[in-house]
Amino acid sequence: MSQPLNPIPVNPSAAHAGRIANEFLTFRLGKEEYGIEILKVQEIRGYDAITRIANVPEFIKGVVNLRGIIVPIIDLRIKFNLGTVEYNQFTVVIILNVSGRVMGIVVDGVSDVITLAAEQVRPAPDFAADLDTEYIIGLGTVDERMLILMDIEALMCSAEIGLTGPDIH
Amino acid sequence: MDDLSEFHDVFFDEATEHLDGMESLLLSIDVNAPDTEQLNPIFRAAHSIKGGAAMFGFQDITELTHEMETVFDRVRKGQMPLSKDLVDVFLISGDLLRAMLAVRKDDGDEVPQEDVTALCVRLRLFLEPEAVADEISVTVAAHQVKVSSSDAVQAASAAPPPSSLAKGKSSAAVPEATVKRRKTKKGVEKSLSAVAAEISTIAPADQVKVSGNEAVPSSLTSPSAVEEKNDFGLFVDPATLPANLPEAAAMRPGDIKIDELKGVTKAEATHSATDASSIRVSVQKVDQLINLVGELVITQAILAEAASRADPKLYQALSQLERNTRDLQESAMSIRMLPMSFVFGRFPRVVRDLADKLNKQVELKTEGEGTELDKGLIERIVDPLTHLVRNSLDHGIELPAVRQAAGKPAKGTITLRAFHRGGNVMVEVSDDGAGLNRERLLSRARERGASVSDSMSDQEVFQLIFEAGFSTAEKITDVSGRGVGMDVVRRNIREMGGNVEISSNLGAGTCISIRLPLTLAILDGMSVAVGKEVFIIPLTYIIESLRPTAADVKAVSGKGKVVRVRGEYLPLISLHEVFNLRPDAPEVHEGMVVILESEGRKTAMFVDALVGQHQVVIKSLERNFRRAQSVSGATIMGDGRVALILDVAELVGTTAGATAK
Repeated sequence: MSQPLNPIPVNPSAAHAGRIANEFLTFRLGKEEYGIEILKVQEIRGYDAITRIANVPEFIKGVVNLRGIIVPIIDLRIKFNLGTVEYNQFTVVIILNVSGRVMGIVVDGVSDVITLAAEQVRPAPDFAADLDTEYIIGLGTVDERMLILMDIEALMCSAEIGLTGPDIH
Repeated sequence: MDDLSEFHDVFFDEATEHLDGMESLLLSIDVNAPDTEQLNPIFRAAHSIKGGAAMFGFQDITELTHEMETVFDRVRKGQMPLSKDLVDVFLISGDLLRAMLAVRKDDGDEVPQEDVTALCVRLRLFLEPEAVADEISVTVAAHQVKVSSSDAVQAASAAPPPSSLAKGKSSAAVPEATVKRRKTKKGVEKSLSAVAAEISTIAPADQVKVSGNEAVPSSLTSPSAVEEKNDFGLFVDPATLPANLPEAAAMRPGDIKIDELKGVTKAEATHSATDASSIRVSVQKVDQLINLVGELVITQAILAEAASRADPKLYQALSQLERNTRDLQESAMSIRMLPMSFVFGRFPRVVRDLADKLNKQVELKTEGEGTELDKGLIERIVDPLTHLVRNSLDHGIELPAVRQAAGKPAKGTITLRAFHRGGNVMVEVSDDGAGLNRERLLSRARERGASVSDSMSDQEVFQLIFEAGFSTAEKITDVSGRGVGMDVVRRNIREMGGNVEISSNLGAGTCISIRLPLTLAILDGMSVAVGKEVFIIPLTYIIESLRPTAADVKAVSGKGKVVRVRGEYLPLISLHEVFNLRPDAPEVHEGMVVILESEGRKTAMFVDALVGQHQVVIKSLERNFRRAQSVSGATIMGDGRVALILDVAELVGTTAGATAK
């Protein structure tokens, strides 16, 4: 699953070349545009019928039934403090398949799938952001747009999100 | 015997699987540098077959596997080198075991006891060549070869090689010959003389000429290697034969080959005929089916909802569809679910036989046979449970005299119990035997070089018995004491996603609890509503539900409420407070109160309303998420939404903890 289908032309000077797949799904969170490896994405669906879980951080919205599998849903907009959060018919959930787990993230909208060559990706500057640079692969540039390429697998499995964390007790 | 026959098939299937696994490992193993990862499974395969066979009273299988196990135990511990001969003997033993199984399946000729004994002797030869010399003479006599072992030895050193080998060989070659049951007596004789002739030409001179006891093992163990040559080498590549092979010997093997070919065809034909009676389907496929059917039910409900406002005829057809889908769902579910009696039913025989063997008096009690468990779990719980029961009997229950001296009834009791707790399925094996001796466990662990300390908790010390190779038994019996069972028990249970706990009082008994996960267990539940959410309460915890009057509810010291139910004051939990929800019924007398009981403690739970009673499939929350507080799992309701299953034990426990403070 996690193997890129088409190997990217490796540019030895690119610092993170080894970690970059060439196709990214882009989505918006607030005013920023993010990209995640397309191969981590299982499907995209609407936001509905969520079951809340008590005593978990606010950004864990709850769980949904995805064809018989219970899938947790995380609202990245809340996690990254991106202004007001609304849930309407345009709210999109990206279902990810990372580290053998299925989980969903709520985003403001999915834009498209783009292909990035290794030289279009620059290492992330070490800025103090809500999103720890640890989870940023790099910054991608397409025409005049700038994409924040997120290491979604590392993020979702991090203690910060706590999805895979220890029991709450 | 009859009542056990339904379990025989399971044993045959398992044993066949073990044999297949063992064979492929034996074939792939590197004799000069065996990998422990390969040795252990072979050992365990023999051990598991032995356990199962003993349970059903298949004496000869138990006997043979016991010898195999003993030999291989030495090998895996590095006390004995692995050799080609050993692998060969193991493969032959595997064949013989298959033949024995076939007899039990009414699908093959009787396996003569002499063969088993002869093979056991051969296995024992690897361990202690000298001690079994006497037994060889017995075996040889059984085949009416009128030589004693010492004669054979003398002959081996003095007489011309061919004749001595023919005599020495007859005891060992017979099992192989009869394993291939199709050989006629004549064929066997022919093969014997042919093999013997070949030995005379290929066996190194020094092997033949050695005198004394050593000659016996070498002449007894070499035929297997020769046999292989005989089967393939002769026909595939005659050039490999020594040039001076007598013509007569070169001709005779041809007969054998034909006999064998016929035999193989016959054996295969009977095999395929019996195997068609059941299908083994992967659990994944069944899961997929259940999920799909679940989806179908939901889709059907949506359709029915939409159609109710349209054509009445369409609606009627859809309600017919609804019945069909429900039936379908039920059938799909029933594939997986089996009552625990399926497992427990095996044990009365095990306990009786074992108790007789050990001269102990034991009564077996079973409780909760009706507890349904997923088939996958049922199948996998059998092995660990067998080990545990055998261990209880062997190590736990004392001899009648010892029991009476300790002021206990002479007859010990082993109890098997299954029940739901906290959404888990618990299976317990408890005995009123000697209990675990903490000091002895610790000292045994130190002997083995494990890092232990006196300050370890009892639970930690008891868990030591699950370490590989750990045994406090003084002597190894074929029941237990090798310390192999328990590590397999724990590994199997962990693979099922469960865990094992031990509680024990020295002198009073031991209770081993297996906690199995919910996955795919089915639960009878009551769905209750709080605000917009629906929760499932396992029905086993519910005593009653009622609507109290405002006067029945009292606040205690400003914090916490109690509700009076028929003169009894029960602590009150508000579900909306536990889950931070906004209730539709803010006051207790506007909603419903469900009286729950867990571990003998009663608690009242305040909810908005009762929705209905369902049989729900438990889905794991942890598979993609983590454990959540007060929730033991989740399920999917008819409308496709997820409902959480309450962990009543935890909820009741927290109120008890809170009131205690």
